[in-house]
Amino acid sequence: MIGGLFIYNHKGEVLISRVYRDDIGKGPFPNCFHKVGSTESYRMRNAVDAFRVNVIHARQQVRSPVTNIARTSFFHVKRSNIWLAAVTKQNVNAAMVFEFLYKMCDVMTAYFGKISEENIKNNFVLIYELLDEILDFGYPQNSETGALKTFITQTGIKSQSKEEQSQITSQVTGQIGWRREGIKYRRNELFLDVLESVNLLMSPQGQVLSAHVSGRVVMKSYLSGMPECKFGMNDKIVIDKQGKGGATEEQSIAIDDCTFHQCVRLSKFDAERSISFIPPDGECELMRYRTTKDIILPFRVIPLVREVGRTKLEVKVVIKSNFKPSLLAQKIEVRIPTPLNTSGVQVICMKGKAKYKASENAIVWKIKRMAGMKESQISAEIELLPTNDKKKWARPPISMNFEVPFAPSGLKVRYLKVFEPKLNYSDHDVIKWVRYIGRSGIYETRC
Amino acid sequence: MEWANQLCENRQFGSKMTDSKYFTTTKKGEIFELKAELNSDKKEKKKEAVKKVIASMTVGKDVSALFPDVVNCMQTDNLELKKLVYLYLMNYAKSQPDMAIMAVNTFVKDCEDANPLIRALAVRTMGCIRVDKITEYLCEPLRKCLKDEDPYVRKTAAVCVAKLHDINAQLVEDQGFLDTLKDLISDSNPMVVANAVAALSEIAESHPNSNLLDLNPQSINKLLTALNECTEWGQIFILDCLANYTPRDDRESQSICERVTPRLSHANSAVVLSAVKVLMKFMEMLPKDLDYYSTLLKKLAPPLVTLLSAEPELQYVALRNINLIVQKRPEILKHEMKVFFVKYNDPIYVKLEKLDIMIRLASQANIAQVLAELKEYATEVDVDFVRKAVRAIGRCAIKVEQSAERCVSTLLDLIQTKVNYVVQEAIVVIKDIFRKYPNKYESVIATLCENLDSLDEPEARAAMIWIVGEYAERIDNADELLESFLEGFHDESTQVQLQLLTAIVKLFLKKPTETQELVQQVLSLATQDSDNPDLRDRGYIYWRLLSTDPVAAKEVVLAEKPLISEETDLIEPTLLEELICHIGTLASVYHKPPSAFVEGSRGVMHKRLPARTGSGESTESPDVGTAAGGSAPEAAPSIIPSQGDLLGDLLNLDMAPPTTSGPPPPTTGMQMGGMDLLGGGLDSLVGISHSVDPYLGGDIGGSPAMGAGFGAAPAVMPASLNAPVGGGLGDLFDLGGVGMPMGAYIPPKIVWLPAMKAKGLEISGTFARRAGVIQMELILTNKAMSVMTDFAIQFNRNSFGLAPAGPLQVLTPLGPNQTIEVSLPLSTVGPVMKMDPLNNLQVAVKNNIDVFYFSCQYPISMLFVEDGKMERQVFLATWKDIPNDNESQFQIKDCHLNSDAASSKLQGSNIFTIAKRTVEGQDMLYMSIKLSNGIWVLAELRVQAGNPNYTISLKCRAPEVSQCVFQCYEAVLKN
Repeated sequence: MIGGLFIYNHKGEVLISRVYRDDIGKGPFPNCFHKVGSTESYRMRNAVDAFRVNVIHARQQVRSPVTNIARTSFFHVKRSNIWLAAVTKQNVNAAMVFEFLYKMCDVMTAYFGKISEENIKNNFVLIYELLDEILDFGYPQNSETGALKTFITQTGIKSQSKEEQSQITSQVTGQIGWRREGIKYRRNELFLDVLESVNLLMSPQGQVLSAHVSGRVVMKSYLSGMPECKFGMNDKIVIDKQGKGGATEEQSIAIDDCTFHQCVRLSKFDAERSISFIPPDGECELMRYRTTKDIILPFRVIPLVREVGRTKLEVKVVIKSNFKPSLLAQKIEVRIPTPLNTSGVQVICMKGKAKYKASENAIVWKIKRMAGMKESQISAEIELLPTNDKKKWARPPISMNFEVPFAPSGLKVRYLKVFEPKLNYSDHDVIKWVRYIGRSGIYETRC
Repeated sequence: MEWANQLCENRQFGSKMTDSKYFTTTKKGEIFELKAELNSDKKEKKKEAVKKVIASMTVGKDVSALFPDVVNCMQTDNLELKKLVYLYLMNYAKSQPDMAIMAVNTFVKDCEDANPLIRALAVRTMGCIRVDKITEYLCEPLRKCLKDEDPYVRKTAAVCVAKLHDINAQLVEDQGFLDTLKDLISDSNPMVVANAVAALSEIAESHPNSNLLDLNPQSINKLLTALNECTEWGQIFILDCLANYTPRDDRESQSICERVTPRLSHANSAVVLSAVKVLMKFMEMLPKDLDYYSTLLKKLAPPLVTLLSAEPELQYVALRNINLIVQKRPEILKHEMKVFFVKYNDPIYVKLEKLDIMIRLASQANIAQVLAELKEYATEVDVDFVRKAVRAIGRCAIKVEQSAERCVSTLLDLIQTKVNYVVQEAIVVIKDIFRKYPNKYESVIATLCENLDSLDEPEARAAMIWIVGEYAERIDNADELLESFLEGFHDESTQVQLQLLTAIVKLFLKKPTETQELVQQVLSLATQDSDNPDLRDRGYIYWRLLSTDPVAAKEVVLAEKPLISEETDLIEPTLLEELICHIGTLASVYHKPPSAFVEGSRGVMHKRLPARTGSGESTESPDVGTAAGGSAPEAAPSIIPSQGDLLGDLLNLDMAPPTTSGPPPPTTGMQMGGMDLLGGGLDSLVGISHSVDPYLGGDIGGSPAMGAGFGAAPAVMPASLNAPVGGGLGDLFDLGGVGMPMGAYIPPKIVWLPAMKAKGLEISGTFARRAGVIQMELILTNKAMSVMTDFAIQFNRNSFGLAPAGPLQVLTPLGPNQTIEVSLPLSTVGPVMKMDPLNNLQVAVKNNIDVFYFSCQYPISMLFVEDGKMERQVFLATWKDIPNDNESQFQIKDCHLNSDAASSKLQGSNIFTIAKRTVEGQDMLYMSIKLSNGIWVLAELRVQAGNPNYTISLKCRAPEVSQCVFQCYEAVLKN
């Protein structure tokens, strides 16, 4: 299991250090300054230093998120310029360690916002308290923020009543560890966001090399009591099962794979493909899914690059929007890479604004809004400096960003039913909101 | 957090946070100040002071001097302050054990607090204070907490047992905590169950022998129920624990799989990977024709693909695991090539792993797409990635014959870019393509030669030299080219030197008239001016070969080369099986067994995939692996390594007979799956990496001295050349045929491999033990129409580590209808794997036509060693010491020998009679046997005068061998 957890700033200074097991201090670590004396704390410093010297200060780019130094394994993730490192000497479950580190980041963000050196220093007592709770002897424990916030509060003195105490402990250890009892709202309301990111890799000839949508259903709920919810969408398997009788005018989609928040009863999904759960209060990511079939690609990019001699490039890029004319895409940005030896660029575009950004080696073309079934064009002349560099320019792909008000996968929410048998509100009393947002993921066209 | 802001404004403190220079020097004044604050009456001030202390501790300052003052703050009803003090205690208790005792009282009191959060906090912290004296006081509170009414306390106490075990294992056992912990597996609260499982699993790992996690269908059922209810982390603990269980039969295996499959939809990747591990493992037991089996296979692909949309670090873990899964069961992901296409902004570690998997999945169906991708990658920025992409193009050419031409032209395009490292990499792979498809693409040689000057890496230089030597007759100025390399001969790396030597000898044999001077020059450079023994030896061999028999030299040096394998970097099958059992863990990320990076007893345990049960096809199963022929890894349970691998092994065997692979492995501790009698052979197995990259076919490999340059196996070496050849020949003359008449029982020869199955090669044979040496006696008959040459033999891992002690000595080609008798000395230091039946041996024989596989059984008496006579006293003690459960009784019927005759007959086979007793007309013979791996078998043979039925009782610590030993008795006594 995890032997210790360290948080470093970008210089490699330790901000948080929590050691769970002694074994991780035993080096000998190469390249590490060995302090005289071998008291516990000094030996621990060796592991701490080993990571700093070998990873944070390494000259080379990081080649692996797992590093083994002197039979000690270091797992790290980076959030802005903060390094989180978990250390172990055992054959731990590596996937679990990374999942835990991400979770740790989520919990910290939920408590004090952005993970920055400033925030960590300001909250280090809280972080120690959290670490004590969510990682015991290196075993991850309940790390749902909803549950943690009931008893790790930093307000200190407040002493709970006996009932409150047992409510806390049963919630932390219980089956529904993510929701506490006795939540009350005057207005029962829920918001469903279907957030999709559509990914595309297209060849210069317009052939789809790979395309997939990875989507998330995010639910924000303000519901009283312990509501039992059931979520339905136009999943092909479900529709086909029921389909025979009713008219199947509804378009169904084939979902390649989906994963669920831990509140969803997986065995029920496996058996009946129904999604039922008791949601955590507030926001949660109910489901993630992936589709690859019949994706609506909102934009098509048609590049044309021509090398005119050795010192000039002519680039023409056409974008075509491919969705209902009544809908509007927003925040459109096309990024056309330019060679490193670019000396000047002239751009002409029909719509939006285009600029050559020398620092990013790209022409960035921005369009605020664009309706469906439209077309727009940019052409640019790129002047090049002659170089001796033998290596050809790698021609990175043209990438695109946008946001559209529909789900490119075709997913539709059919229902979200709420049952709360103990309280006197019914499914009809709940106010429900559904919103679809499709964003570009990695949306690239090679040129 | 107004307090912290104050701290940061406090210049003294703030500067320490950022300036490492102050870390080691502690100003006396500051400690003094803190001391005063800690002893303040005001609660708030106290708390602030403790916070400051903790801050100093974090940045590495030594604040241990404040120990008593901090401990004094412990008695408080302020939970936050308490936690801070505890944190301090955990850090410094070990350096101040005596003072830490001061804290004990408070802990004990807190363990009885009315608030469950405080009870849990106390027991949690106490476990973290690693001071022996304190642990004694911990026992009573811990016992109470394990039975606490509040699940939060119980789940914390469960982990505390693991902590205590880490400090003092004996104490935990003596106090009976392990039993309490086991009871917690049936707890009503899922989180308590999960923590108990985690704690027990870890404790069990350091006690490989103990039966701590007594997994049986009932407890498994409990775990599966808890699985649906506990937190994501708990699910991981439980799944990882389930993976250690071996179901009794395929039905149980299926029902567990059914209940684990829903976990594949969990949002937590670690839950998914652990579920995949359980499924991959238990799937082994399912019959392949089962509908459920194929359903399960289909269910595995989507979640694996989904893992690739996780954060990059997890993607990396997932990809390393997918790499293993693809090797084990390529069918799962064979249609998912596209998801492994590299994205422009993937981190480099993800890119490299994706590329690896792309090559593994490349097939005729998707090769066009793959090649187009690889060509893109070859123009990227990262040097390692580009190199790997170029290499991958070469792999595609070798793997998919239809694509070879396109690959070659792609490589030529890349060479035109003149990017130095791209050119070098391309030349290395083109050499391999030449090897695979001789006389097909030689037209490109001219282009390659143009780039000769730009090559500065040894591997590329060696590859180019090999090409020049190999095609010397087509390159007009081959002699000039090679001569140009000779100038700086001593500055070259060994790899290049060896290659240059071989290439010039090849050139000489092809164009003797023009190059005599050159060859003499290189031979003298290699033999006289070099300090490298490999180079010198190879030089001498060539020299002698050329001077004694140029015809033979031609046969040897220009012999046809063995094929190169299609797959590279395949993980050795035993290791792969072990790694599959470790899916999701570090071992699967490193692709190394845990013993390679974990210290102490934890790494010793080797995990293995369960064997298929049910239908009686166990003996046939090896054929499944090989029947598929070229597309070897298709059929998964290949006990015999896939063909490509085997070829590599055979080559390997020619150069370094297995006898050199090290001393017999020490018998390490018992293994979980009843592998105890086999010892830790796997350990050494992992150590023996292929000394020569099978892919290079030894031609370029810079390592071992001989063999490489010969191209073909030493088997075709003319007998006149006996100087530097390894011990193989000598051994044979010493041992072969001489055979001491010891009277050991030798079973009659039987046909092992009928000619029908082996393209005309018939093999029959038997095993014998002569003068302490185990021999395999083979009769090879060629019933085909063509001549057979290039024989070589290789064994699969087997129960007793039998391995050929030298190459198969078939010196002359075997003509049609010819028969040859060969005896092959065997050693028992080869890799070990338990076989069923125990004495089963799987053999691969190679000749110029193909590789053939068969399996045979050897009499275990072969393994009875000469010093198997036990002292009487020792015998008595041992007999008593072995539990009665290990005793087995057999009847030998229709044996008409008296006890003395039987005794002497048995002695011939190294079964020694130690004592004889006669009770009521019944002779009792006590005998001992020692097996080559050090296992003792004790026997009691009862012979009643006039009764032709003997009774034999066998006692052994490894009762598995009893059946085989009994068979030997029967065979020896009746022949």
